[in-house]
Amino acid sequence: MLIYILKRLLAGLATVWFIATATFLAMHAVPGDPLLNDKAVSAEIRRNLEVRYGLDKPVYEQYLVFMGNMLPPDSDFGISFTQPNRRVNDIIREHFPISATLGLLAVFFATVGGVLFGAITATFRNRMPDIVIMFLVILGISVPSFVFAALGQLALVNINQLVGYSLIPIAGWGGITHMLVPSLVLGLGTMALLTRLMRSSMLEVVNEDYIKTARAKGLSPRRIFFKHQLRNAILPVITVLGPQIAAITTGGFVVELVFAIPGLGRYFVQAVQQLDYTVIMGTTVFYGAFLVFMVILVDILYGYIDPRVRIR
Amino acid sequence: MSDAADFAPAVRQDVAAAITRPSLSYWQDAWSRLKRNTRALLSLYILIALATFTLLGPFLWDVDPALQDLNQVSQAPGPARTAALVAHEPRWSGRRLVDVPAEPDEYPDAVAAPAGIRAAQAPTTQLVRLTWDPVDGAAGYSVYRNTQAPETQNDLGLPLGGTDAGNAVGFEDRLNLEGRTYYYSVVPTDGVDEYDVYGTATITPQLAILIDEARERGLIGGSTTVTPGDTVELDWHPFGTDYLGRDLLARVMQGARVSLFIGTVAPLLFVCFGVAYGGTAGYLGGRMDALLMRFADFVVALPFLLFMILFKIAFGIGPGESGILPMLIALVLLGWPATARLVRGQVLQIREQGFIDAARLLGAPPSYLIARHIIPNTMGVILVTLTFAVPSAIFTEAFLSFIGMGVAPPTPSWGSMCNEGVKTMLSHPHELFFPALFISITVLAFNLLGDGLTEALDSRLRSRD
Repeated sequence: MLIYILKRLLAGLATVWFIATATFLAMHAVPGDPLLNDKAVSAEIRRNLEVRYGLDKPVYEQYLVFMGNMLPPDSDFGISFTQPNRRVNDIIREHFPISATLGLLAVFFATVGGVLFGAITATFRNRMPDIVIMFLVILGISVPSFVFAALGQLALVNINQLVGYSLIPIAGWGGITHMLVPSLVLGLGTMALLTRLMRSSMLEVVNEDYIKTARAKGLSPRRIFFKHQLRNAILPVITVLGPQIAAITTGGFVVELVFAIPGLGRYFVQAVQQLDYTVIMGTTVFYGAFLVFMVILVDILYGYIDPRVRIR
Repeated sequence: MSDAADFAPAVRQDVAAAITRPSLSYWQDAWSRLKRNTRALLSLYILIALATFTLLGPFLWDVDPALQDLNQVSQAPGPARTAALVAHEPRWSGRRLVDVPAEPDEYPDAVAAPAGIRAAQAPTTQLVRLTWDPVDGAAGYSVYRNTQAPETQNDLGLPLGGTDAGNAVGFEDRLNLEGRTYYYSVVPTDGVDEYDVYGTATITPQLAILIDEARERGLIGGSTTVTPGDTVELDWHPFGTDYLGRDLLARVMQGARVSLFIGTVAPLLFVCFGVAYGGTAGYLGGRMDALLMRFADFVVALPFLLFMILFKIAFGIGPGESGILPMLIALVLLGWPATARLVRGQVLQIREQGFIDAARLLGAPPSYLIARHIIPNTMGVILVTLTFAVPSAIFTEAFLSFIGMGVAPPTPSWGSMCNEGVKTMLSHPHELFFPALFISITVLAFNLLGDGLTEALDSRLRSRD
């Protein structure tokens, strides 16, 4: 197990290196440059700015500097181009926790909802609860997240109007009330996906021999359901959880935009529009590393939940 | 020893026991099973209808999607509207009463609420002229307009302007009027500050168009003579118009071209590339396979949306370009690994099967093996992947356009139309509804079709019927 974890971590580091390189190359292929955004500056000032940001050096040297600065333990992504007195590290430190909270809450909603609804639909197969939930699931898969975000906000407006005061804030960030609706909206698509997966996995497990054996040896239906069926059916859900966490955390842009949440996604979009090299590279590498290690974490967790994986 | 040149496919000889029923090929069998799946079949029909709508629609509904109809901005969907023809009128100087003083002798602390607010002449969307009874002690009036009934004085809506004398009791509004009910409120002032009273009247202006403009737009023939007060039928917008008065039906059609183009061409390209890549890796096997798949793993690990945005700007959009091509390239560059992995797995499996060994023993060259045995056997999986790749590509396009990183305006795509529609969601929901509806229907149809195909092509289910 330990060797497996080490191997995965090593592969993860290689992946992060690849992400950083790809980001660097993509950034330097972008036409235009960040110093062109403002008013025309004299050649002299421009040269000074280039020296300050290291843009006067040849590309390979810039790459080495970029990679060198990035190395842990004191990774440094430099200074923002458009906000010259802010360090990229500070931007990430301030705004990533917001995105992460939103994303993890969404993953929580999606997993709990997906497993619950999947189990319900499989239990009531082809009966009313199944039909209703599967209809909603199909809606959840087919409707884009920004429509859900808009509808969620609309619902909040109506609820607040009905109550007469601002019960749940419709935008912004602060307490738990700010988080509920955006994270629910963010998690909906994944919840629908997981419900489908859980349903088919439950239906597959029902036909397994060990369920028949359990039934034959006289276990209570409840024990069979929780101990045998649910636990085995949950495994495929966990395998897709890693990539889904990735999709949710980066998919947060829209929800952050609609609900005016000051998360990292909004800063990334802004930085791209302004060609803020350092912020773009810092955020991408950071996000990439975060996602890579989330996937590894989920895989390791999987080993603990499913003893069969550990043996291999 | 036989060499590859001696190889020729076997000729079918019907010496075996006669088969009484016609034999079904894999694809015939799959098709017959798909036909029995009503949901999948319905989705297929919807997709055919959508394709017709996109390709033939613009010929039947010949409206320029960029043309602005400023008389019908943010018009709700419905039948064609008629508008009254009006002549151009100069600015109204207002209404000044002679028997009322312009300024009161002394300013009272409180005044009565304005009463008798009414339209001085029939209100039209070209202009609304308001008048009201003078208020004792007022030195002027402010006029507000709202689209819903005000409940408090903080809720009067858009400040339009006002008059600066107690006897000036007329006001003209020409600001972006629509054919809907407005709540006009009048607040008396002491010349500087407003008193805490207001009077409100509801006024519904009639849709009207200037004669000159109607002629210019071809709504009335060049030779027909018309008089003010005649009515004329305005351009019909079945889906309504957007915030710039552009026809939504025409825009949905043109947006469909962009969205469906990206949504189908990108998956086609990256699935083809993925098949070639995964097929090569799987066929070669060994160290080459490991190397190729390690690279695919790297690409999978890239944060998808971030790199979509990065690549899209890296390939650049110049002024006047729509940004469709960069998005296509970015989608292909990031989309292929999933297909490659899948196809590789399939190829590895098929490679080990008996019929491949048999063909190889007979001396079939690798190209024959790949073309005749391996690709046809992975076709089902490829088709299913393709069907599911389309909705996700459509989603990606919509998502990027929604955050302003996708197709550049004025080119409409369903995503960018949603982006525009969401801003007016509260007052004109139809501007968000139609593009969102089309995205949802398309994605739904492809998903259901994909489910149907998965079932129909699953060879494990084959013999059960």
